[in-house]
Amino acid sequence: MKKLLTGNEAVARGAYEAGVTLASAYPGTPSTEILENVANYKEIYSEWAPNEKVALEVAIGGSIAGARTLAAMKHVGINVAADPLFTFGYTGVNGGCIIISADDPGMHSSQNEQDNRYYARASKIALIEPSDSQEAKDFVKEAYEISEKFDIPILFRLTTRICHSKGLVEIDDRQSVPMKEYNKNIPKYVATPANGKKLHVVVEDKLKRLEEYSNNSSLNRFEWNDKKIGVITSGVAYQYAKEVFGDTVSYLKLGFTFPLPKAMIRKFADEVDKLYVIEELEPYLETEIKAMGIDVIGKEIIPNIGELNPDIIAEAILGKKSKTVEKNEDNVVGRPPTMCAGCPHRGLFYELSKKKNVVVTGDIGCYTLGSAPPLSTMDTCICMGASISAGHGFAKANEINGREGVKVFGVIGDSTFFHSGITGLVDIVYNKGNAATIILDNRITGMTGHQENPGTGYTLMGEPAEQIDIVKVCEAIGVKHIEKVNPLDLDQTKKAIEKAINTDEPVVIITEYPCVLKKSKQDEIDKYGLNRKECVVDSEACKECKICLKAGCPAISFEKGIGAIIDETMCVGCDVCLQICPFDAIKKVGE
Amino acid sequence: MAETKNILLVGVGGQGTVLASKVLATGLISAGYDVKMSEVHGMAQRGGSVTTQVRFGDKVYSPIIGKGQADIIVAFEKMEAERWIDYLKPEGVVVANDHAVPSVPVLIGEAEYPKNVIEDLKAKVDITVINAVEVAKELGNIKTQNIVMLGSLVKALNLDNIDWEKVIGEVVKERFVDINIKAFNKGKELV
Ligand SMILES: Cc1ncc(C[n+]2csc(CCOP(=O)(O)OP(=O)(O)O)c2C)c(N)n1
Repeated sequence: MKKLLTGNEAVARGAYEAGVTLASAYPGTPSTEILENVANYKEIYSEWAPNEKVALEVAIGGSIAGARTLAAMKHVGINVAADPLFTFGYTGVNGGCIIISADDPGMHSSQNEQDNRYYARASKIALIEPSDSQEAKDFVKEAYEISEKFDIPILFRLTTRICHSKGLVEIDDRQSVPMKEYNKNIPKYVATPANGKKLHVVVEDKLKRLEEYSNNSSLNRFEWNDKKIGVITSGVAYQYAKEVFGDTVSYLKLGFTFPLPKAMIRKFADEVDKLYVIEELEPYLETEIKAMGIDVIGKEIIPNIGELNPDIIAEAILGKKSKTVEKNEDNVVGRPPTMCAGCPHRGLFYELSKKKNVVVTGDIGCYTLGSAPPLSTMDTCICMGASISAGHGFAKANEINGREGVKVFGVIGDSTFFHSGITGLVDIVYNKGNAATIILDNRITGMTGHQENPGTGYTLMGEPAEQIDIVKVCEAIGVKHIEKVNPLDLDQTKKAIEKAINTDEPVVIITEYPCVLKKSKQDEIDKYGLNRKECVVDSEACKECKICLKAGCPAISFEKGIGAIIDETMCVGCDVCLQICPFDAIKKVGE
Repeated sequence: MAETKNILLVGVGGQGTVLASKVLATGLISAGYDVKMSEVHGMAQRGGSVTTQVRFGDKVYSPIIGKGQADIIVAFEKMEAERWIDYLKPEGVVVANDHAVPSVPVLIGEAEYPKNVIEDLKAKVDITVINAVEVAKELGNIKTQNIVMLGSLVKALNLDNIDWEKVIGEVVKERFVDINIKAFNKGKELV
């Protein structure tokens, strides 16, 4: 039977068919749906870990115990998980283990476009790159065989267009794979310096044997056509190349890309007249091939910035430019993503935006949209967790250099706080910092599409769970000034911010209110009063001052002569605009 | 041998482009085509611009297309038609919803929503303008505008030989099937 599956769905299906029994991940576009789909298979224990390092360590533990396991994450997640990754390369596996890295060329929803293929080489583990959904499923199954045969973890590298594109996939049954026996093996699994020295020798030997495998693997193949032009390619770039050249050129199509099949590459280079490497992002293959002394054309004509498509390749190699319809730029206004109407983050950022002499060190999540106009209330955003620690550094630098009168606020979401914010807060308390921390607790992991997290009371598999209490965590760390506010109550929020500005010790403000898109259960609806009435503008009373527009709510527009207009289908009655209006022109419907 | 056709659906998060493309792809597969489809998620729910590409033919390689390659652009929002117009083949067609969703720069008064998008497009491409929002409202559910648009797309691409009512029945939630079939047929009449 064939089914139309995204790459992410296909990977999940592959894991199921391969007999995987444990999977751990932290969400992140474009990888999130992998675990969401794995969780649909009841045979697999699946969980959201608080961060990628934990996810990988869980998968490592499960593998050493003898089960087939996987960890999934977006490309930057591998940075977080890099520490266990590098040592896992030395110890190897017991049950097969694959680590899925979903890279994001073109940065559809990421802060950088790092090419994670380099991680495989750096951590000395095998690398596999599928080029469509069918391969995503087939290669996962093959990956487990390789992982167990060579005692090595596999970096399974996807990109956005593999993850989120759909193609037809042949579905098979699940293979039942009994858990492997676990035998205590200190020299293999306890990476002390003495053991590590020996393991390094072992892994170099594994890589030699893997190169041999690579030259014979069904994941790497020649497609012989006319030999005037030869193309070496991997991942989705293969599909783009096929689209452009069809069967007019020869291909060396690579799916197993570390260690590279050098014998195949040499043979291919010998047989074709002109050799191109077509790969997305960095010259990963190209550099290796050139180091073999082979002359190839690659990044001098194919961009290493942004994602590729067939057109870019056709233009670079054939000099063929498609005829296009001219776009009238004057008729196109940007459409940046924005906080939703009713987003609980808006109230906090509105109040923060009115304060002078504050620096806001931001973090990653929906609240990063607080950096966009009209709020523009964020000074930095580096990576998950950096709000608190970079804020601490900013404040300390000010202090030691005598810059006074600036208050630093680190703003961080609930999921991000659990991910990597806690250690930053420990640093502030431990080292007597005075940067304030605002935890925007919208009761869910919003940006990536509503995943449960340690604070929400449910697991990925839908079971009720202990709700980790953020207030108690902060208390345990030693924060003495902790205040919980409703961010839709502007007065309360403003007072908390002012109090923090005047406190020279660590402060935590928790803004607690559910995400407007969250499907809240009845207890939450009651607790937060989520059945709110919409707001309307009394046009008579509206003085057209436009102050309400400063909240940046997508439900509010403005027309000269009429004043502010609230779109009733979008408004959820959060009342932020109602509180902002200096003329009481905004009211609740029916009041 | 059927040449690969390229469809580009563009709109704004929340307009239902994803469901429309799902129905479309399911129908095309039932007709025996190879299909690849690509959509960009992530920021979609946050009011950003969303696109879905659907490609079908005997054998499809790339899930995405470059500029100047779309046989048809279906725009759920009119300014989005202009934003993506350079992806259209010069001889391609546009089906556009006569519907404006102002973006934040417009809402906060930093930019003005373009006044003459449709006229401008009419001057340079083959375009059919429909009012899917009105039609959907008349049917009693504004959310069916996506399937109205789908009906128009099917007509514009001459894909009537597929049993779309059956496909809608398979893909759409049961209690919304009837209204969506009506929406689909209305959409077909508009082209
Ligand atoms: C290391 C890393 N992992 C994952 C992501 C993807 N990501 C971006 S924001 C986010 C979650 C944010 O959730 P939360 O902190 O609760 O804020 P919200 O979006 O709900 O406001 C995730 C998982 C990332 N950018 N970096």
